[in-house]
Amino acid sequence: MSVALKHEGEHEAHHQELSPLRRPLIEGRKTYGDVTTDICSLMERKPGGLWWAAFITSLTIFLAGAIATTYTVTTGIGTWGLNKTVGWAFDITNFVFWIGIGHAGTFISAILFLFNQKWRTSVNRSAEAMTLIAVMCAGIFPIIHMGRPWLFYWVLPYPNQRGSLWVNFRSPLLWDFFAISTYFIISAVFWYLGLVPDLATARDRIRSKWRHALYRVMSLGWNGSNRTWSRYETVYLILAALATPLVLSVHSIVSFDFATSVIPGWHSTIFPPYFVAGAVFSGFAMVMTLMILVRKLMKLEAYITPQHLENMCKVTLLTGSIVTVAYLTEAFIGFYSGNPNEMFVIINRAMGPYSWAYWTMVTCNAIVPQFFWFKKARTSIPMIFVLSILINVGMWFERFVIIVTSLHRDFLPSSWAMYTPTVTEIVIMLGSFGLFFTLFLLFLRIFPVISMNEVKGVLHYARD
Amino acid sequence: MLATKETNVRYTAAFFRHEEDLLAAATEARESGFEIFDAYTPIAVHGLDRAVGLKRSHLTWIAFAAGVMGLVLGLGLQVWTSVYDWPLNVGGKPFNSFPLFIPVAFELTVLFSGLIAIGVLVVRNRLWLFAKRRVFERVTDDRFVLVLKQRDASFDVRRAHKLLEKHGAVSVIEGDQFV
Repeated sequence: MSVALKHEGEHEAHHQELSPLRRPLIEGRKTYGDVTTDICSLMERKPGGLWWAAFITSLTIFLAGAIATTYTVTTGIGTWGLNKTVGWAFDITNFVFWIGIGHAGTFISAILFLFNQKWRTSVNRSAEAMTLIAVMCAGIFPIIHMGRPWLFYWVLPYPNQRGSLWVNFRSPLLWDFFAISTYFIISAVFWYLGLVPDLATARDRIRSKWRHALYRVMSLGWNGSNRTWSRYETVYLILAALATPLVLSVHSIVSFDFATSVIPGWHSTIFPPYFVAGAVFSGFAMVMTLMILVRKLMKLEAYITPQHLENMCKVTLLTGSIVTVAYLTEAFIGFYSGNPNEMFVIINRAMGPYSWAYWTMVTCNAIVPQFFWFKKARTSIPMIFVLSILINVGMWFERFVIIVTSLHRDFLPSSWAMYTPTVTEIVIMLGSFGLFFTLFLLFLRIFPVISMNEVKGVLHYARD
Repeated sequence: MLATKETNVRYTAAFFRHEEDLLAAATEARESGFEIFDAYTPIAVHGLDRAVGLKRSHLTWIAFAAGVMGLVLGLGLQVWTSVYDWPLNVGGKPFNSFPLFIPVAFELTVLFSGLIAIGVLVVRNRLWLFAKRRVFERVTDDRFVLVLKQRDASFDVRRAHKLLEKHGAVSVIEGDQFV
């Protein structure tokens, strides 16, 4: 490539040849300037009717959830369908579900970063935002389940006037608190750090008064200095390296809540890897659902291409298959153990009163992702959209099955019971989805949806 | 030494369109004896540290030390509260149930390491909420800027311009105020 040719046009020289082996990550012959314009103009634009409709709907559902939560907190846990036998149900199902959703964001931003997967740049920003919001949604459930949520700070090991009576560090429920708060803090700083250069781009471009002021403050005086970039890149790598074991630890610890107990169906050593695979599985399904909507509504088809979706389908296929193997292992070990209680749990799941939930789970999690073996399914966007939603339905039921079917048939048949959610519980669950979409829609309006500085770095991919 | 601490420096700044040009210009400028003040780029440019002669940061070691500190504090807190300050019999488990202290110790290792690494970045590169500093035109958009420092009168402005333009600088400016 001659120097003379290189300077003829802005970027012509870089788009001369397409690699025979790789496909470009970003479609259209975008220049650095185009990326800035495309992403910043999304932030400058007034929200359309569709955005308002979605926002008002989500906000309404969230407010309904807030009312149901207030009712629960002021009246008590008796407003829920829990009983002495089934002490955990919808609340913990939702908690594990939302924590699991969060895992894909960290997987994309940290693990794929360490593996140098350049396609992550188009989706990492929104996937990380999804993580943060999902962890917020998750955090609500254990707190309101405490019954006296105003005393939730008792889980902190702080010197107090009761002795000091310290917390019980041997309890997985306490580990949960440490794991989830660390996860939230590290994910939040990781996300914000990634945003800083892009907020500076927005600051230097967007002139509307409030937005300019907001981005000026939030961009921390970023001026693109190489000395800052150099340390920034080091910190980014450190955080990715820390977030990788962290994300694996979070769902492992969530699984300890079950695995360290002596309930048949919970007391199992495969729980940590099984939970982590399931979390990444459901998280990627949620990222795909969101990305399909975002690329369509915000006209980001050139940035989030079918290639990105196809890669995510492959991750879903892999993790979905791990989950399937876990189901089979669980059933096999149940019988192989020779323990009548273990065997009973397996039979009761498949043929007992909650068998409909079990078979929904098996269909959605073990069979549905197998469609992704076919390229036709991986490249058809309506197909991916439907399958990804089914996977999330399945993963919600997985947690419901694990929790409720293990509890409702106690060791003592006289205490056997059934669980039915009350309206309050259903509204709280829907409310958490309302909160999730409300915050995600706000994120789409306020922040750069695509990581501009990282996407600029992969424009030449497969084009040189 | 932090670039941004020096407020009064006479400098020559060259604007490039492509990162390759910036890299080539920086390498040659350094080889021909110019002092590079800093480079400003819209994206992280690989190999730029070497081209401008920036030493590797010790940050990874600081993050490691911070992690060790978190680990020691985490284990210390758990052992002290559960074994010495007020041992409680919980389900007949030993007071020093060490394996059960690993999860919290691990989380605190990660937390300390991550937050202190970020803290070092924020403090050393002075990324404050209300920080105000010089931003070169289009540098957060699509321009790559190389800034040469005019240390003394021996700085040959004409030779500098020639070198920078040879590597495709779209414009070269002179200035003397850094904020």
